[in-house]
Amino acid sequence: MKLYIQATGNISPQNTLGQPTLPANLSEYNTNRLYSIEPDYSKLIDVKLIRRMSRIIKMGVAAALQCLQEAGVENPDAIITGTAYGCLEDTGVFLQKMVQNKEEMLTPTAFIQSTHNTIGAQIALLLKCHGYNNTFVHRGFSFESALLDAIMLLEEKTVSNVLIGGVDEITDFSFGITSRFGLFKKNINSNLNLFDTPSKGTIAGEGAAFFLLNNHPSQKDYALLDGVSTFYKPIDLEETEHHIQSFLSEQSISMNDIDLVLCGRNGDSIGDKVYDDLNERLFEQSLITNYKHLCGDYPTSTAFALWLAAGIIKSGSVPEALMKAPKNDIKRILIYNHYQKIHHSLMLVSTC
Amino acid sequence: MSENVYIAGIGVISAIGSNIAETLQALENHRAGMGAITTLDTIHRERLPVAEVKFNNEILAKLTGLPATVSRTALLSMMAAQEAWEDAGVNELTGLRTGFISANTVGGMDKTEDFFSGFLENPQNGGRLRDVVHHECGSVTELVADRLGIKHLVTTVSTACSSSANSIFFGARLIKHNKLDVVIAGGADAITKFTINGFNTLQILDEQPCTPFDEHRKGLNLGEGAGYIVLVSEKLAKKLPKDCYCRLSGYSNANDAHHQTASSPDGKGSYLAMKNALKQTGLQPSDIDYINLHGTGTANNDISEGIAIQRLFDPHYPKMSSTKSFTGHTLGASGGIEAVFAALAIKHGIIYPNLRLTTKMEALPFTPEKFFLKNQQVRHVLSNSFGFGGNCSSLIFSTA
Repeated sequence: MKLYIQATGNISPQNTLGQPTLPANLSEYNTNRLYSIEPDYSKLIDVKLIRRMSRIIKMGVAAALQCLQEAGVENPDAIITGTAYGCLEDTGVFLQKMVQNKEEMLTPTAFIQSTHNTIGAQIALLLKCHGYNNTFVHRGFSFESALLDAIMLLEEKTVSNVLIGGVDEITDFSFGITSRFGLFKKNINSNLNLFDTPSKGTIAGEGAAFFLLNNHPSQKDYALLDGVSTFYKPIDLEETEHHIQSFLSEQSISMNDIDLVLCGRNGDSIGDKVYDDLNERLFEQSLITNYKHLCGDYPTSTAFALWLAAGIIKSGSVPEALMKAPKNDIKRILIYNHYQKIHHSLMLVSTC
Repeated sequence: MSENVYIAGIGVISAIGSNIAETLQALENHRAGMGAITTLDTIHRERLPVAEVKFNNEILAKLTGLPATVSRTALLSMMAAQEAWEDAGVNELTGLRTGFISANTVGGMDKTEDFFSGFLENPQNGGRLRDVVHHECGSVTELVADRLGIKHLVTTVSTACSSSANSIFFGARLIKHNKLDVVIAGGADAITKFTINGFNTLQILDEQPCTPFDEHRKGLNLGEGAGYIVLVSEKLAKKLPKDCYCRLSGYSNANDAHHQTASSPDGKGSYLAMKNALKQTGLQPSDIDYINLHGTGTANNDISEGIAIQRLFDPHYPKMSSTKSFTGHTLGASGGIEAVFAALAIKHGIIYPNLRLTTKMEALPFTPEKFFLKNQQVRHVLSNSFGFGGNCSSLIFSTA
């Protein structure tokens, strides 16, 4: 069955909301923490509701509503969300008050908005959408699991479209804690030069990217979503290559049929060795580019990658901002990412 | 795609027992698990009863082989997943595509709480990093998947109190789509200060053992535990040395879309979940022999669920009960634990009592069962799990 990416909505550290592809002017950061560029939410969400929403809920709901608006769909048949960390801001607020007030004088607001399904729930509530509603929370597989669920639902033909997204936020608490694990680079002159001088660590990112998947074509479609696959803790490069090759053979194609490989390289010299090795072997003949210098690294960054790939397929060319010598005629893109060498995933998109 | 999915193994741990045998005995003897809080240092200790698993983390660590320093949720998860896996006897067969689909609501929050007081005092060095490294929901799942040696497909669902009902039917669909041969599916949650205080601010915790579906019900008791079932394809079920417990014959997920935490007065979401699950099985409401109610004991849930049941089942009501009157509300584990109860009800022909029920709800025309019943014909069981965010899921289990 063919599955169409009919519309997208993406809030990220770049100016992406309402854009079909990467803008010519990239946003540059000289810190190791990239912030999403938040839109004027009042254009998408009722002002009274905005005040009660934390940042991740606003980002998720706005990206979802923008996507539906672009599709011209009022109410989707299903809503599926992937988020590794969930609503960190509300979780942090409740936790901090609980510790500091020694469990006294707590209010419910932060608690009830801290559950991981809040984004999907708030979208359903706003739309009065009674359909299938699910949330996956598995680290670097959160978005991919949501996508797998969406593909199966569409194949089961119990629904004809699915609103699906990947969302994660950074908060001061979460950035402080993850920094202590040594995940991020110390000195950054520009995110856009992330890959120039390999060193330990990456840059932190966040974002919310939503898609409307449909099992019928429309005039607006970006691309076909041909498949998604995850593999967990591969032992070595051979196992990784084996997974990539079986994924391609399931689609009855080989690396020769891939016009562009979009990789999850993040600037960390240890993790990036996986991409270096593949570039010398399986990807040797392929055109390769990366995306994490644009959005930073976070567990659901593959949602940003899917947005980027869908836009490239729709326009047929790689944006100049991404590749200095622009390439045209891009008909099929393989997205390969690994998150901390634990969660490896593949997505395949092609022209309709 | 049309293939049946069978339940080949079950495993459970909760306040009423650390395995299937102990649990069955407690159910038969009307022995509930509520008591004073012992594992957490909280100001609510004297006031709020909870349904705690009786083992401390050191004992759970010894029984599971996991370090005692990891989240209690991982330890509970491992206990039940291990029992289910051994019960299924599938591990003797090699070359199978095996998945672990788990669920929980707050990941390693019990340890994050320990970390946080030190962290707030000194963000640069305070708190031990080992206490926060498994904060993510998915990290808790991976501790167990790694210990079980499962890696083909590992993921985690979190839809509040319906989490593990959703992980179970996601697992079944992965088998139907021929992506996996075997799935261990369910969920786990330990009691944390975060959840106790959260539910306490909502003023929906009963200061006595809870009384679900009673006219004078006052709220829920939090519980903890884990429940997993081993789902197998029809092809694999035929190769296994022993009979399967039952089939997962129907499932559905709908959203109430009424309020972030409250259920709608007409139970729209729960009605849709039950109705669509029935539709999938091709059964009539009168074919259902037993409903394992979501039945938290809050004023709001029980009337909303009750009205949805009335809309769907009137005038032929099956036997019903809320086993949360035994286990408390185990949040992300409840769908898994209650799936195990459904499998046992079918296998042994038993119906569980709804404990401490004294006054029938005036607004509803039915009364849940008050006694443990043996020698019943139990062919089809409906199991309800509803959660915050309007997430409503229903599962139907049928004789193999």
